[in-house]
Amino acid sequence: MLSYILRRILSTLPVMGIVALFVFSLLYIAPGDPAAVIAGDQASPADVERIRQGLGLDRPFLVQFGTWVWNILHGDLGTSIFTNMPVSAMIAQRVEPTLSLMAITLVLTILVAVPLGVAAAWKAGSWVDRTIMAFAVFAFSLPVFVVGYVLAYVFALQFEWLPVQGYTPFKSGVWPWLRNLILPALALGSVYIALIARITRASMLEVLQQDYVRTARAKGLGQRNILFVHALKNAAVPIVTVIGIGIALLIGGAVVTESVFAIPGLGRLTIDAILRRDYPVIQGIVLLFSFLYVLVNLMVDVTYTLVDPRIRY
Amino acid sequence: MVPVPPGLVIAPQLPDLLVPVAIRRGVLGFLRNHPTVAIGGALLLCLVLIGIFAPWLGTVDPTALAPAKRTRLPSADYWFGTDLLGRDIYSRVLYGARVSLTVGLSVAVLSSIAGLAIGLVSGFVRWADSILMRFMDGLMSIPPILLAVALMALTRASVGNVILAITIAEIPRVSRLVRSVVLSLREQPYVDAATASGTRTPMVILRHILPNTLAPMLVQATYICASAMIVESILSFIGAGTPPTIPSWGNIMAEGRALWQVKPYIVFFPAAFLSVTVLAVNLLGDGLRDALDPRMAKSL
Repeated sequence: MLSYILRRILSTLPVMGIVALFVFSLLYIAPGDPAAVIAGDQASPADVERIRQGLGLDRPFLVQFGTWVWNILHGDLGTSIFTNMPVSAMIAQRVEPTLSLMAITLVLTILVAVPLGVAAAWKAGSWVDRTIMAFAVFAFSLPVFVVGYVLAYVFALQFEWLPVQGYTPFKSGVWPWLRNLILPALALGSVYIALIARITRASMLEVLQQDYVRTARAKGLGQRNILFVHALKNAAVPIVTVIGIGIALLIGGAVVTESVFAIPGLGRLTIDAILRRDYPVIQGIVLLFSFLYVLVNLMVDVTYTLVDPRIRY
Repeated sequence: MVPVPPGLVIAPQLPDLLVPVAIRRGVLGFLRNHPTVAIGGALLLCLVLIGIFAPWLGTVDPTALAPAKRTRLPSADYWFGTDLLGRDIYSRVLYGARVSLTVGLSVAVLSSIAGLAIGLVSGFVRWADSILMRFMDGLMSIPPILLAVALMALTRASVGNVILAITIAEIPRVSRLVRSVVLSLREQPYVDAATASGTRTPMVILRHILPNTLAPMLVQATYICASAMIVESILSFIGAGTPPTIPSWGNIMAEGRALWQVKPYIVFFPAAFLSVTVLAVNLLGDGLRDALDPRMAKSL
């Protein structure tokens, strides 16, 4: 068990290395002269040269990559071109709203999607199943900002139940914090809910055909017991896998959701950085989210051993 | 008919336990057997036609400014209203279909070709496999939208660069799919038979492997097309996509963002068109998956 976890942790190191190498190389493989693009159309040659030096494009690739990795290992993600602040400090200021939004979305998704998927599999072929699956296809086709605007229009502007926009920090109280995040989390979660509900249904359908489910039924166990104890636990591996993979959807969607609901998080920072062509900030955010994604999937792999004791490597 | 002797009752005919399935042939028959393909395809065809014939559908120049007529509500003159700069939203939305469909289709085709090449190589060349797949693992660990954002920040905004950025973000998924299909096909007896009878590897790939990857590839390509259209609109919406001078659905929504609480129609019309287009492509994909790839259909 412990050696499996250790080996999984070790195996993520090369992946993180490749991510870092790739994110760093983007500067070099992008067509055209990135320094000129970042400087903008009105920049003087001196500006372009200053940016080129700031990005380290004037030095050999490997030297530059080595220094960059060394700095990252010491918590230094570089300096913003626009504000001259350290990128790590800028990210630290903005990380709370984004992590709050993603955590609530994740909880909400699991609470909604797994029961929906179980219900659809239990009543497979009935109108319940058809309705849930039709909803999943629709939710899958609606871009996150479309859902966001519709929810905000109906529940915030028309009914005035929840705030339209903004964010309240966690330390000002749980309810004000949560109130501001319910609509964004629903908008961000819609695609994710559809995805998890579909995979839960598919995985449950397969498990419900197994002999031990028939045995459980034959010895008179209750429906709830069979579904949630016998079947769901055995159907969990694919569900947990897709929850992990789906985090990528959440990360991309968070940028847009924050823009729709005016949440001052990392998404907002990304958009500001795009407008100012502040590449070091973008690079830092991409790197941070990619590492987060790798870490989540590492945790998913570790969860396998808890869900299914047969998994041993 | 045999005359029935008096006193005997003929038992009623037993019902057919298996309802006979009419196998319909031809394109029309295929569409009747797979209604989702028909619905998705018809919707998509409408949108393609709208995109192609946009100049003749009662539109005006989608970039023509008319500051005196800005933020007009939808009316007989301006079907979808006008935006902040007085541009006709109906015309902009119709022309926007061109951008979305071009991006969706190009990304689907380009990433399929690249993914097919990478997947075939790593399925057949052992030493290249581990290198390529480690590289793809790394690439897959970067959330696609952020990867596209980073690429767009380093290049000038243009439709071509948007297509390129989304394609790069989609390639790892396609290569993984092709590789897994190739690896399972390699174990098939008919591939062994072909190799045993002296067929050279390139011929085996061309005649036996490639045709069998096409069905799952086609299904995957439709999903990529849908996802590319969403990513394009997201990129344009956050200012990292199609240049603002070109009317795309994401750009129209980005321009309407500041006013959406008072003028929701500016955001509504492009959003509705985008959703319907993505839904059409997804329906087409689901239908094709059920029709072409029964194994995959069972798993999802």
